[in-house]
Amino acid sequence: MVLLKMKFPFQKRVRLAQGLWLLSWVAMFSGAITFAMGVFLKTELHRRSEVMHSMDIHIVPNLLMAVGLASVGINICAGKVCQDSLDPSRFPRWKTFLPPFFCFSVFLTSLLLVAMILSFALQPSLEESLKIGLKNGISFYKDTDTPGRCFQKETIDRLQIEFQCCGNTNYRDWFEVQWISNRYLDFTSKEVKDRVRSNVDGRYLLDGVPFSCCNPASPRPCIQYSLRDNSVHYNYEYQTEELNLYSRGCRQALVSYYMGLMNTIGPCVLFDFLLQMAILVSLRYLQTAMEGVIGQENVEIETEGYILEKGVKETLLETKEKVKRLLQLAQVGDASSTTPGTQPEEEKPATA
Amino acid sequence: MVVGKMKFTFQKRVKLAQGLWLLSWLATLGGAVTFTLGCFLKTELRRRGEVMDNTDIHCVPNTLMIVGLASMGINYFASRICQDALDPGRFPRWKTFLKPYFGCSVFFTTLMLISVILSYAMKGSLETSLKIGLKNGIRFYKDTDTPGRCFQKQTIDHLQMEFQCCGNNDYKDWFEVQWISNRYLDFSSKEVKDCIKSNVDGRYLVDGVPFSCCNPSSPRPCIQYKITNNTAHYNYDHQTEELNIFIRGCREALVNYYMGLMNTIGAVVLSVFLLQSSVLASVRLLQTSMEAVAGQENVEIETEGYLLEKGVKETFMEYVDPVLKLLLLNQVTPPEAKPEAGATGTTTTTS
Repeated sequence: MVLLKMKFPFQKRVRLAQGLWLLSWVAMFSGAITFAMGVFLKTELHRRSEVMHSMDIHIVPNLLMAVGLASVGINICAGKVCQDSLDPSRFPRWKTFLPPFFCFSVFLTSLLLVAMILSFALQPSLEESLKIGLKNGISFYKDTDTPGRCFQKETIDRLQIEFQCCGNTNYRDWFEVQWISNRYLDFTSKEVKDRVRSNVDGRYLLDGVPFSCCNPASPRPCIQYSLRDNSVHYNYEYQTEELNLYSRGCRQALVSYYMGLMNTIGPCVLFDFLLQMAILVSLRYLQTAMEGVIGQENVEIETEGYILEKGVKETLLETKEKVKRLLQLAQVGDASSTTPGTQPEEEKPATA
Repeated sequence: MVVGKMKFTFQKRVKLAQGLWLLSWLATLGGAVTFTLGCFLKTELRRRGEVMDNTDIHCVPNTLMIVGLASMGINYFASRICQDALDPGRFPRWKTFLKPYFGCSVFFTTLMLISVILSYAMKGSLETSLKIGLKNGIRFYKDTDTPGRCFQKQTIDHLQMEFQCCGNNDYKDWFEVQWISNRYLDFSSKEVKDCIKSNVDGRYLVDGVPFSCCNPSSPRPCIQYKITNNTAHYNYDHQTEELNIFIRGCREALVNYYMGLMNTIGAVVLSVFLLQSSVLASVRLLQTSMEAVAGQENVEIETEGYLLEKGVKETFMEYVDPVLKLLLLNQVTPPEAKPEAGATGTTTTTS
């Protein structure tokens, strides 16, 4: 029960080999682009790693980089194979190399698909990681004198300015933490003492935000403090004021940014995957078609090409048997390594 | 008095033509790069066009773009010429073309050098233009309700945040203008009334700056208002405080930025200029050495090539004379429109 049999006259074989050679160069280029995109995505994730709690999302760019590099190698081999394929004397040397090559290549190419699926599947993980990272960043905003945390303020400020966002979910996150350090609070003043006392934990909380939340598009000078108090500012109503601060939260801003990046990279990776699979299928046809020619006197006969000699299930069982035998031989080889003169081949598979 | 005379054997001529063909393609690429750099510089200048008072500085990128395009054309013809140069049958058709070609090429190549010089010479003009533009921007910062000025606030805010600068010369420029609009001032409050009365023009001046002057690198939350008042803030001394707001002025920041750009561009354009000059010199030598071959039976003889047949001054006069005569002829009003008042040295009559 041969899978997908096709007839190949001599001319068709020649054209298949030529087309495949050209296609393998295109796919090599495409593999390099996949690698470059993986590097770019990793750099972008690394830049904001200070507000990310876990590195789970990094598996996507890592996969892209690994597969991109491997695909360059695969396509170089494919190009070489189809260069040799039309010469019946040089083709047989690829015989033992090709079956594991195909398994390996199909596995790596399917990793591309896995990377694409992961880029969508890991979105909740990314969001959770950002939620915790931003929460820590906002909590440690005031600790500019604590080693290890002294850059949080600058990180959060620059993040809010660049992504035009404020806080974790929104600007109210700043009301719940003390973001002004005690070093800059005058504990002899009444106002400070009142505020600290009114709080259970003795924290200085206020309805104000840092300057990096200010929106330049606002028609009036930025109102940072006493945001909830309409009477403190002239002609101001916080319920209707929209342009004063950034209304978006930084978590949403960052998730949108990274999802946008991955949505752009997705189609390119998909294209690379389809191209690679097309090359592997064509190479398999070429190999099987050429195998019919080997040993024949007239090289211009028509041969048959197929993808799998037996059905899918039978091929899988066969491969399993082969791998089992290999493993058992390796085990026996280890066990009998002390006794010299034992032949590693043609040994009955002894149970370990 | 021949300038740059050199002997050219047949082999040397062949090698010159081949090398020149390659060089001319390189120079075409150089011309394209010059054009791109001109476009880039123009885009950058236009992005900040709102804080510039005049567009004088735009002559630099305009010149670069013109020279880049011209250089691509010059080098294309140079490659065509040297393709035909080694074929004595095809070379003569370039004869009449070459004199104006060299005139134009030398003109545009000199223009390249002039553009590099201009980019340094116009620094003063750029600085003045920025000074006036920023002064206006800061003055109209509060006029977000006036059509035509409503984007000044956003422009200045984005500029200060991006270039990490504050004010025109420094942050004190904000103390001298009213940058908070009257719409947001409560004129019934005592504080506002006092502030306005203390000022001759009735302006609300504060020792404060907009939020866009705040430096994210500061360890403490930004102090925007009452900057010179040490008692208003705890643990604060405005004379020693360096990180609170940006100390650099925006004029200095922008001038440095543009001068940096033009320095890089100047270096690249200078190397393209050298490449272009060598291409033109090689074409000239090839032309003159091939002219001696034309009409000879044996094309493999040794000939002489030179850059200029006469001296520099005489050659210059040769080129300029036809142009002058054309202009002078136009000046002569013909009440005595004699038909033989031709280009052969007629005495010019003053009108």
